[in-house]
Amino acid sequence: MMTTIYERLGGQPAVDAAVDIFYRKMLADDRVAHFFELTDMDGQIAKQKSFLTLAFGGPNNYTGKDMRNAHQKLVDQGLTDEHVDIVIEHLGSTLKELGVADADIAEVAAVANSVRNDVLCR
Amino acid sequence: MGALISYNDRRIRLEDGESVLDGLLREDQIVPHSCKAGICQSCLMSAARGDIPETAQLGLKPTYKRQGLFLACRCVPDADLTVQLPDAAGLSTSAIVVEKNDLNDAVLQLRLRPVADFDCRPGQYLTLMNPDQIARSYSIANQPAIDGYIELHIRIVPNGAMSGWLRETAGIGDHVTIRGPAGDCFYAADGDGDYPVILAGTGTGLAPLYGIVADALAQGHSGDIRLFHGALQYEDLYFVEDLTELAAGHENFSYQPCVLNGGDSPLYRQGNVEDIVIASLPESKAATRLYLCGAPELVNSLKRKAFLAGLASKHIFADAFLPSKA
Repeated sequence: MMTTIYERLGGQPAVDAAVDIFYRKMLADDRVAHFFELTDMDGQIAKQKSFLTLAFGGPNNYTGKDMRNAHQKLVDQGLTDEHVDIVIEHLGSTLKELGVADADIAEVAAVANSVRNDVLCR
Repeated sequence: MGALISYNDRRIRLEDGESVLDGLLREDQIVPHSCKAGICQSCLMSAARGDIPETAQLGLKPTYKRQGLFLACRCVPDADLTVQLPDAAGLSTSAIVVEKNDLNDAVLQLRLRPVADFDCRPGQYLTLMNPDQIARSYSIANQPAIDGYIELHIRIVPNGAMSGWLRETAGIGDHVTIRGPAGDCFYAADGDGDYPVILAGTGTGLAPLYGIVADALAQGHSGDIRLFHGALQYEDLYFVEDLTELAAGHENFSYQPCVLNGGDSPLYRQGNVEDIVIASLPESKAATRLYLCGAPELVNSLKRKAFLAGLASKHIFADAFLPSKA
């Protein structure tokens, strides 16, 4: 039975290590930073942990409806495919920094892409 | 249409999106409350029947969650709920006022002796309730386990319901009720305790920070500890002598008062405490622990800037002092 990337990377501690790096990249990128509420860093980080757990193939309870509800406001603010591409790019560079193999990075990107339409509420 | 709330012998239909607290207050019920932001825990209630939404229990310690306690200001239930004020006997402790001192024109030092064990860590906060059912939260500024009393620093607010009562009415020997503690702003030695610690705050944000410094030193923290206290004018500072003395007595502790509106002076550093703190972050960002307490704009801004500068999110402990909305 194949292990998930989540298991191979080391589970929750790996997500915790990745989330700071990933979130920092997003806050430092003017193209996407404005989608993150300035005052609720803890809440945002918790959401990013859920997202990374999902992207790593780890245990998560997201339904398509949850993704839509979570992002409808952002879509109203102008969230597009370009932004989703940028997020997946930052996810990739985060994993590269953590020494994750290219094949695994591609797999994570594929999982992230699989929720693209739910995120964009279409 | 909102859910039906049963409270004592009243049935209250909540409006769409209305919290349990707002609904009860709208119907003239008395429910202690303060920040209306899910932080201070003054509006704690218990649900005798019905499902509590997860968001209404955020920040509560596990024992509270298990007892079905929730924050009324954060509770917008999907289905009907039967609620009541929490069983005070189980949650609160009576405490006696043992000392009151003015630390400056706007800060009152209050010392309380709980009548029963009140387990808490310096830097956490508790909810203080007076005989008029006014509830406010304050941070623990000392080491109660060592001192035998709990010290709070009360900001005197114009027409303040609690601060006015404490200053004008509360007498030595009077009883108050305390509940808690809550909050994650406290010192916890990780490994060798040799990592850098930075603490920054404004006004009575100094209270928890002072407790945390004392706690860290008492636990033998060997890394550098740097405390920055910011104020608009020099007169707004307090504990200047105590902190200067503490710094003189501990090689690894330094104290930097920062004054925004003041000329050059040997007594303090002139400037914006936020800029001063960011400029003072140590080389080893990833290992640094940061404690931020006081004015929300400063706390949130420094939290974000320090994180972007490279501090780990799990090493940033922030306690924004929200003004009361009661």
